[in-house]
Amino acid sequence: MDDLSTIADFGLGWLDASGDHSEIVLSTRVRLARNLQGHAFGARARLNDRKAVLGKMHEIVPRVSGLRETTIRDLPKMEPRTRRILLERRLVSRDLVGENGDGPQTGTAVVLSHRDPVSLMVNEEDHLRLQTLLSGLRLQEGWGLLDQLDEELGRELSYAYHHEFGFLTSCPTNVGTGLRASVLVHLPALVLTKEIGKVLQGLSQVGLTFRGLYGEGSEVVGNFFQLSNQTTLGKSEEDLVDHLDKIVRQVIQYELQARQVLLRDAAGVTEDKIWRAYGLLRHARSLSFEELMNLLSGVRLGASLKLLPGLRVYSLNKVMIFTQPAHLEEAAGRELPPSECDAHRAAYVRRILSTEGVLSPEVDPSEDDSPEDRAG
Amino acid sequence: MMCDECGSAKAVIHLTQIVNDEMKTVHLCEKCAAAKGLETEGGTENFPLSDFLAQMGEQESTAVPDVVRKDACSFCQLTFAEFRESGRLGCPHCYASFEPHLRGLLRRIHGSTQHVGKVYLPPDPTQTELERRLQVLRRKLRRAVEKEDFERAAEIRDQIRAMEPAGGGD
Repeated sequence: MDDLSTIADFGLGWLDASGDHSEIVLSTRVRLARNLQGHAFGARARLNDRKAVLGKMHEIVPRVSGLRETTIRDLPKMEPRTRRILLERRLVSRDLVGENGDGPQTGTAVVLSHRDPVSLMVNEEDHLRLQTLLSGLRLQEGWGLLDQLDEELGRELSYAYHHEFGFLTSCPTNVGTGLRASVLVHLPALVLTKEIGKVLQGLSQVGLTFRGLYGEGSEVVGNFFQLSNQTTLGKSEEDLVDHLDKIVRQVIQYELQARQVLLRDAAGVTEDKIWRAYGLLRHARSLSFEELMNLLSGVRLGASLKLLPGLRVYSLNKVMIFTQPAHLEEAAGRELPPSECDAHRAAYVRRILSTEGVLSPEVDPSEDDSPEDRAG
Repeated sequence: MMCDECGSAKAVIHLTQIVNDEMKTVHLCEKCAAAKGLETEGGTENFPLSDFLAQMGEQESTAVPDVVRKDACSFCQLTFAEFRESGRLGCPHCYASFEPHLRGLLRRIHGSTQHVGKVYLPPDPTQTELERRLQVLRRKLRRAVEKEDFERAAEIRDQIRAMEPAGGGD
């Protein structure tokens, strides 16, 4: 169960750049928060509450058809690096892995599917967090998948539900539907044209909010914004999802317009920025994750504007995941101190860019010069 | 202008409806409007939860007697003061224990207190619960058909059929 090889490609379907507007929308995530009756939740949950919830899940998961071909993995029994890999793949939350404290709490677990883009966190802030993660803009599909799974789980479990307040959650900002839908969008042209402030301000006026790449409390890096519904009570799930979908499509139109403005009024500068970013990524020997994300933003824009032909969005998506520390350590087979991590990151990016894209025929004599060799 | 409903508070919501081709305006106070599931505009502006809770704290000190403030949830023993500090409730029962305080908070956070999404059926549902769930399922079915998502429509239709009494007779 803790064998890393069994989770090599787990839950990475959302990288495949297949959904609507996948050049701008990296992924769609929908999650539902659910709690079980008769047990305290979150920080208030005692050991026997958490054990009871986990025990119940171990019992029902094998017979829930929406969770066929899944495994339920207890977080405390997992290798620390495996937990970090799942976090970097956005399949678990910081809270669940206990990143800011002493590791995961007793009773925390994750249900991962080999077949469907769904996962389930057990004993996070709420007893259950059902989530689906899809490539591109696919909100209705994501909600449909979760709704079905939720129906089935609801028949097996006794959900905490109130006739007026709906599904009860640990935080009152999630009560009601318990639904948070979010779309990860790449908006470099709106940032470059300085229009982004207006767009983000507009979001709050229509009941939406934005976060960084890793959700609540995370910073915006690489011009990636996670747009999501702010409220969860007083509107139906379908209305929440449709409203977000409508607004995201509008934001995409603004981004596309801003890209046209860039090409029309500042073609030279834009092209220079994109090629500089490409040049740095293609040749740098050390890259911090933040620097990588910022350069990758330029290259992604270039690929999408066809200024850098031959680069696939899928490869750029993959770079974002596989250049994070736990993934680099996994590839290296050992722990990496930050400076080495930066060198491994740069080497990974060079390798990807040398096999793909416009400049592939150009031979880089130092391509095989991996940081490992130089260290020896 | 006073509230048409209770007559004792100032009307802040003026609702114009067309019923049977006839225009009708109702004037309601905030309390009566909320009871009817109506909310004032702009109730969902951007806010940090802690500010809300702090604001509640200020109101608490004047409006709520100490005895009530010290009251703890009978199931998990979380006190309202602890909730105000952490922003997290302790168990499903907390919603009943702190219901009057929570209603105001939820209204400020979400602009509403009434859940209108999925209706969850407990193992032993009442007639009202069954009816509400059917209503929501029918709404979902209409929407799926409008969107020509027939696969989903078929699923929802099955859920509706499973709930309707067999044979149609009572």
